[in-house]
Amino acid sequence: MTTILDPTDERVPVERQITARTGDISGIVGLLDIHKPRGNILLDELELLLATRYPKVELRRYTKPTFAKPCPSDLRLQIRSECDYLVEALAD
Amino acid sequence: MSAAPSGFSLTDQNGQTRAFPTGRPSLIAFLKEDCNTCNLVAPILEAFHQAWGEQADIWVLGQSKDGNQILQDRHGLTLPVLDDSALKTSFAWGFEIVPAVYWLDAEGQGGPCVEGFVRTEWQALAQQISADLKASDCDVVWADLPDWRPGCGSKHLDPEIHDRLLAEADNSPIRARRIEIASSDDLDEFMFDQGFSDGLPLVPPTPERVLRMLSGTQRGSQEIVAVVPPNMAPATVEKVAINAVMAGCRPEYLPVVIAALEAVCTDEFNMHGVTATTMGASPVLVINGPIRQKLGMNMKLGALGPDNRANATIGRALRLIIRNVGGAKPGGVDRSTLSTPMKFTMCFPEWEEGSPWEPLHVERGFAASDSVVTAFAMTSGPVQIVDQESRQPDQIAGTLGLGLEGMFLAKIHRMPVDALLVVCPEHVKTLLSDGPYSKARLRDRIQEVTRRPLRDMVANEISGAGIPLASAAKMTEAQLDMLVPKFSSDQHIHIVVAGSEAGKFSAAFHGWVTGPAGSVSVSRKIEC
Repeated sequence: MTTILDPTDERVPVERQITARTGDISGIVGLLDIHKPRGNILLDELELLLATRYPKVELRRYTKPTFAKPCPSDLRLQIRSECDYLVEALAD
Repeated sequence: MSAAPSGFSLTDQNGQTRAFPTGRPSLIAFLKEDCNTCNLVAPILEAFHQAWGEQADIWVLGQSKDGNQILQDRHGLTLPVLDDSALKTSFAWGFEIVPAVYWLDAEGQGGPCVEGFVRTEWQALAQQISADLKASDCDVVWADLPDWRPGCGSKHLDPEIHDRLLAEADNSPIRARRIEIASSDDLDEFMFDQGFSDGLPLVPPTPERVLRMLSGTQRGSQEIVAVVPPNMAPATVEKVAINAVMAGCRPEYLPVVIAALEAVCTDEFNMHGVTATTMGASPVLVINGPIRQKLGMNMKLGALGPDNRANATIGRALRLIIRNVGGAKPGGVDRSTLSTPMKFTMCFPEWEEGSPWEPLHVERGFAASDSVVTAFAMTSGPVQIVDQESRQPDQIAGTLGLGLEGMFLAKIHRMPVDALLVVCPEHVKTLLSDGPYSKARLRDRIQEVTRRPLRDMVANEISGAGIPLASAAKMTEAQLDMLVPKFSSDQHIHIVVAGSEAGKFSAAFHGWVTGPAGSVSVSRKIEC
């Protein structure tokens, strides 16, 4: 028998569950532009579609300072406290 | 040197478990069968047992199972011979030489350890025992024994055994999860299957090897070196050491790996983005200062290639930590389209002694006597820049500029992106042929020879990259004729010297997104 030491961070992976789908959208929907080129164009179109289909839903726009870094925690907390849903747009 | 005697429970030759302390005075003697002096004292210990065995426990602790049997048979021992073949009690008691003998009271406390054989010491010990027990003398003819015989090194101090015992001890610096692999399993295949590897074989990180690796630093094994992206997992010195073992590092490389990890796990370096980009970026480590010589790093012939252990394994250790602790794996957060062999390893020292300029670390504010690692996020390289014909300094400098012009795409200029230029010694020689040639002049020359009109950057039928046609249509002729160099600032051109003294081949590494939105090169002092 040989013993070796675990080279990883030893985290036990947690299986994440998808939030239950309600079949409807209400409240505040955040639209997050990660700052990739043309992300704003994608979100403009999506905002238009959502506003037409769900006129009672409030839409709010957010932008990450750079797509190359994780979302700053302040912005993450702001979105979490302000929104019921979030759409994050990749682009190029 | 000996540590205090501590409790134990071992079995004797009859399978009986014997626990210490015994509640009676006791003589505990550690012997090794293949030690001549141990064989000299074994009959004396048997005589002690015959004389005082009713009042005290006279025990031998033997250091191998087979050896214990031989000792018993050879000397007709009737005293208990306990099995310490695991050597844990020998290790815990901490003596260095066998025979090692302790005379202890009922609570297990007592005088100093007697190591080896000095007749007067053993006689004094016998007198002490008979006095303490208020018993008669033992039946030993001291005059027939030699004055002095040296003992042997205790078996628990064999380097391999000692490291294992240290790793298993209660106060061991090892805290990582232990993975036991059955002897019927192939260890190397097991590590591949567990996903620990970058695709190349690994050195198994046994506790003994990790302990030896930890001896390379003064830092505590559980100190956090950095929080490693992308999983933002804390990397202890121990985790760094485990991955350094797997990469093939020697213990003296560990401080460099630690400093490199600190450098890349900063917000400025942005290891998360460097990992995630589809462009495929990786740290390139440049080592400066006295540690280059101490570790025998290769800064000359083949400096950017294989064969030197320190060059190869320091970079690999960093990559394995990012991968195994940080969780950066291709297909996961690592989204590189093609990736780069630099993700296996890329580390080299600057040949400061072959350079006419201040070394990189001095340029960046460190003392020449400091040892420093500098990490650059690079996407390509080393890309060769070949010029065997130029004989004028400005010609060579011009060639280096034209060589850098291909970075990303030759038509794109005014780039806010770093490049790391590695100038070979023969090109340095030509640069200096008419006198001093400063780094500043070299940077200026690179910018000068790469100036092109903006109209060359406009999208066209050959390449749609560059200035969009719609934007170009809004520009005046004068604007389109404006000359712009390859780099938006000469500060993006980093210069070091390395390589063989034969050959007119310099090289360049091309950067990633440079700046606060991407990555900024970071230097860290190596604490040796």
